[in-house]
Amino acid sequence: MTMLSVDNLAVTRGGLAVLEGLSFGLDAGHALVLRGPNGIGKTTLLRTLAGLQPALHGSISMPPESMAYAGHSDGLKSTLTVTENLDFWASVYGTDSIEGALDRMNLRGLTERPAMSLSAGQKRRLGLARLLVTGRPVWVLDEPTVSLDAASVALFADAVRAHLAQGGAALMATHIDLGIPEAAILDLAPFKAKPPEQGGISGAFDEAFI
Amino acid sequence: MLALLSRDLKLAIRAGGGFGLGLAFFLIVVTLVPFGVGPEGGILARIAPGILWLGSLLACLLSLDRIFALDFEDGSLDLLATAPVPLEGVVTMKALAHWITTGLPLVVAAPVFGVLLHLEGAAYQWLVISLLLGTPALSVLGTFGAALTVGLKRGGLLLSLLVLPLYVPTLIFGAELIRRGAEGMATQVPLLMLGGITTAVIAVVPFASAAAIRVNLR
Repeated sequence: MTMLSVDNLAVTRGGLAVLEGLSFGLDAGHALVLRGPNGIGKTTLLRTLAGLQPALHGSISMPPESMAYAGHSDGLKSTLTVTENLDFWASVYGTDSIEGALDRMNLRGLTERPAMSLSAGQKRRLGLARLLVTGRPVWVLDEPTVSLDAASVALFADAVRAHLAQGGAALMATHIDLGIPEAAILDLAPFKAKPPEQGGISGAFDEAFI
Repeated sequence: MLALLSRDLKLAIRAGGGFGLGLAFFLIVVTLVPFGVGPEGGILARIAPGILWLGSLLACLLSLDRIFALDFEDGSLDLLATAPVPLEGVVTMKALAHWITTGLPLVVAAPVFGVLLHLEGAAYQWLVISLLLGTPALSVLGTFGAALTVGLKRGGLLLSLLVLPLYVPTLIFGAELIRRGAEGMATQVPLLMLGGITTAVIAVVPFASAAAIRVNLR
């Protein structure tokens, strides 16, 4: 079953087209890794897929209420404890239990610690645990393994595999090896938008004012 | 939605949340006025309604910039925007949390501060009623200014410039209600106007704030 399909998509950053003519599909049980040099538009593409910004051109189709997005920052409240942070997102997404997520991301010993006293890697693990409590089938992750040590990268890879085994799907942008060799890789470099004078799509500079 | 409200209240009470900051600021403004104006009871009593309302406006303004800015900085605004809750609901809950932590303490404490300004005896009940009716509008209008300036670094001053003009109708009718109450005149017109402004603001402004956030998150 196709969880996400993108057809002839063009996305913009700051009013300039960065990617164009992008088409791909993502089936249940599969993971897709986006690669490409800095500034190619990986984050912009993910934000567009998550609905945070409109696409310049093309179409995105996925079942409604199916996506969980995790960006560069984890969205943690530093004065709330690990449990309180996760409980909040669990009730926003209407899921009941955070226990599985705590175990899977090895946060069991940290439950009562405020998020501000966690290390960078522990915060990242908490951010990834948030994905588990959303209960959404399609994960859209931006650099998910930044600041994780080797053991935590393995934890993350296991969590993604378990998610895929349950019929989920994952789309990840990264520069680092994620420890998931079975994931397909999509290089974004061929889809770099051409300047308008070479026949590319021109973005609207005043898009914020429309 | 209720989870968001209780999270915001928890954050306000914990370290660095700023709970009580507005109230302390209000106290200082109200205490400074008699020093500036002089101790004559007659003058103070006459300007007390205006000072109390002005103090409330400024106290409210003080904590507006953190409504969305903190969530924007740590990335949770992005996550809330992609979560299965409408952004309009998020805005309303944030306005409610802001009112509970800023407006409500002012309503409760204002009669005490009225004493410092020699407010007339008959005016106290109208002081509480006018603040109770008017301060929700301040919080909700504030979300609009906060939403417009959310991505800006140090947008606090711009926020004040955007929001203070919007507070004018509430200030006029709020202070008028107390003044009329103090002089024993009919209070129905300013009372209805104040209530009308607040309900209209609550009904319309969350949509504008949510639209402003969507543009700023792009």
